[in-house]
Amino acid sequence: MKLLIRNGRVIDPANNLDAICDVLIENTKILQISQDIQTEADTIIDASEKIVLPGLVDMHVHLREPGREDKETVLTGTNAAIRGGVTSLLAMPNTNPAMDLGENIKLFKEIIYKTACANVFVCGALTMGRLGKELADFAKLKKEGAIALSDDGASIDNDRLMLEALKQAKKQNLLVISHCEDKMLSLKGVVNLGLTSTRMGLAGISKESEYKRVARDIRLAQKIGAVIHIAHISCKESVEIIAQAKKKGVKVTAETCPHYFFLTEEEVLGFDTNFKMNPPLRAKEDVLAIRQGLCDGTIDVIASDHAPHTENEKEIEFDRAEFGVIGLQTELAVSIAELVKTGLLDWLGLAKKLCLNPAKILGVNKGALTLRRDADITIIDPQKEWLVKKEDFVSKSKNSAFLGKKLTGIVEYAIFNGKISYKRTNSL
Amino acid sequence: MTWQRKDLLGLEELGKEEIGLILDTAESFKEVSSREIKKVPSLRGKTVVNLFYEPSTRTRVSFEVAAKRLSADVINIATEASSVKKGETLIDTGLNIQALKADIIVMRHNYSGAPVLLARHLNISVVNAGDGWHEHPTQALLDIFTLKEKLGRIEGLNVAIIGDIAHSRVARSNIWGLTKLGAKVVVCAPKMLIPPAIEQMGVKVLGDIDEVLRNADAVNVLRMQFERDELAAFPEQLEYFKNFGITKERLQKAKKDIIVMHPGPINRGIEISSEVADGLNSVILEQVTNGIAVRMAVLFLVAQAQ
Repeated sequence: MKLLIRNGRVIDPANNLDAICDVLIENTKILQISQDIQTEADTIIDASEKIVLPGLVDMHVHLREPGREDKETVLTGTNAAIRGGVTSLLAMPNTNPAMDLGENIKLFKEIIYKTACANVFVCGALTMGRLGKELADFAKLKKEGAIALSDDGASIDNDRLMLEALKQAKKQNLLVISHCEDKMLSLKGVVNLGLTSTRMGLAGISKESEYKRVARDIRLAQKIGAVIHIAHISCKESVEIIAQAKKKGVKVTAETCPHYFFLTEEEVLGFDTNFKMNPPLRAKEDVLAIRQGLCDGTIDVIASDHAPHTENEKEIEFDRAEFGVIGLQTELAVSIAELVKTGLLDWLGLAKKLCLNPAKILGVNKGALTLRRDADITIIDPQKEWLVKKEDFVSKSKNSAFLGKKLTGIVEYAIFNGKISYKRTNSL
Repeated sequence: MTWQRKDLLGLEELGKEEIGLILDTAESFKEVSSREIKKVPSLRGKTVVNLFYEPSTRTRVSFEVAAKRLSADVINIATEASSVKKGETLIDTGLNIQALKADIIVMRHNYSGAPVLLARHLNISVVNAGDGWHEHPTQALLDIFTLKEKLGRIEGLNVAIIGDIAHSRVARSNIWGLTKLGAKVVVCAPKMLIPPAIEQMGVKVLGDIDEVLRNADAVNVLRMQFERDELAAFPEQLEYFKNFGITKERLQKAKKDIIVMHPGPINRGIEISSEVADGLNSVILEQVTNGIAVRMAVLFLVAQAQ
């Protein structure tokens, strides 16, 4: 089987490629990338005026299965991923049961094998039950297929335990992904601490609760030369701390999410819980710092932190509503609108944040259009404008912070393992 | 101007003219309560539901009296906040009340923003009778009404709000209302009870109570809610009284005819001394009386806007 993508603008930072050319796929692999490929193909996609990217690698996704299949499943979550041009993702371990035992990962892998329509990589838990008390058996988690470790949603409060976790992870050559939050500081907060929390009469989450933990985790990693990845940073101070650490040669990488470079805390003033996430939306100066961090390379990765919740858990009193928003289907378009159209990043730069860097950090052979690699490719129409509507989400949950927003750039095709697994129809 | 809003959720969203309209309407309703037959037919055939998720006596009774003097039928629902978790959702409760063909829900809730959520889902009116630390619009309106009655104006007045500003919906609504009408507002409290960035709401923050009282035309003394979790870390009650309590001695250094207000219920000897609470400068009971006129005005206006 041969699939030929003709005349697209092919963007591939791994090979420093930004040119109009053809991409030929044979069965599941990329066979050839060059101009005017002369061959017989079973399927030809005319990609004129389109952008051809490596399939996105989203390293921060909550698929909710097992345990909360009412919110999302591997099937619905990967379907949403494909719609958003994401062909590989890292599933966070805060499931029920948590991914803290080899056998849990084994069962999860079976679900993935049976139902996933994108590559799902597994992140194991750092501690048993993600309670921050007792380390999981990293060797066993790795043996069953975990490629990274995180207690996402929680942070290990005890410095010595965190240091031990970094040591053990290093021994297993596993990446530690840190959710940086000191709950003694964030307490019962639900929105950014400052004018917003004061106006709304809600408890605030200080920036300190985030950046102090960023600083601690970097310090611990540096101490033993371990690798650490800082998840979903939201504030200026975190960006500054990471920039300094990188300058000093610490092996730290960082990620942010579209809502942190697009939306400010003002969105939340109407008590709409679709703007309630952790960390919270911050001030304008933080949004600008996050953008700058993406621009200058301090922030390596854009991930969605896709966090589906049912309407019952969201359409309630603000304090009681769950934290988190979905993002798989919007992250590419938001990034194009806010980073490429604004001139902050070029297409190669964007593809680094969404494709190449996360793949590199996770150590997986994805996010590149290298010959003989798996053919995971996303084709987008960069000019197409669309309105974000509830009914267009194929995720089980609809808790998007971008509902009603007009975005630019839409996924036309998602090719996963050499097969067209999504093709946009006119309705969207 | 005419009133357009179906709900009254807070003073932050109101314009100066809207606040003025409520105050003017309240003024015309005030006389009703001094009649021999204290009733007008303005809301005859309308049903007002008091939906209270937090214990309250004075606000609920005040709304009940206000609704009855407008000839509305009043139903009181008191729900323990804790039962929300097992019971039906707020929206379902609201939809049920709407299905009973009630016209106005007067709502008290321990969570900030709960009335905003309910109003978004209902076609009938929602009046906020206090939500979390967020807003208590009718309390602020009656405070402002009383001030205006006593001093003849709001613009240019120096008004001090003393006490737990951080956890006070009364403070927030007063700040919005007073600043919109041109008063200069000072908040005064121990540092830990001042919420961050409050200056950006247009107020001055001062820590010295005596300095504050020297310049104030009026002082609004908030109730210190030492029973709340948030004040668990707070120093002794007596310590507070010593440093921030409004006493006769302190008032001697203030303007002679300074107005002393308190939203009630008062803690004698904690935030205010008995002498002051019962003294000549106090308008605390007049506030209660004015509360009825203000709430009659609010119920009347939102009912009209439906």
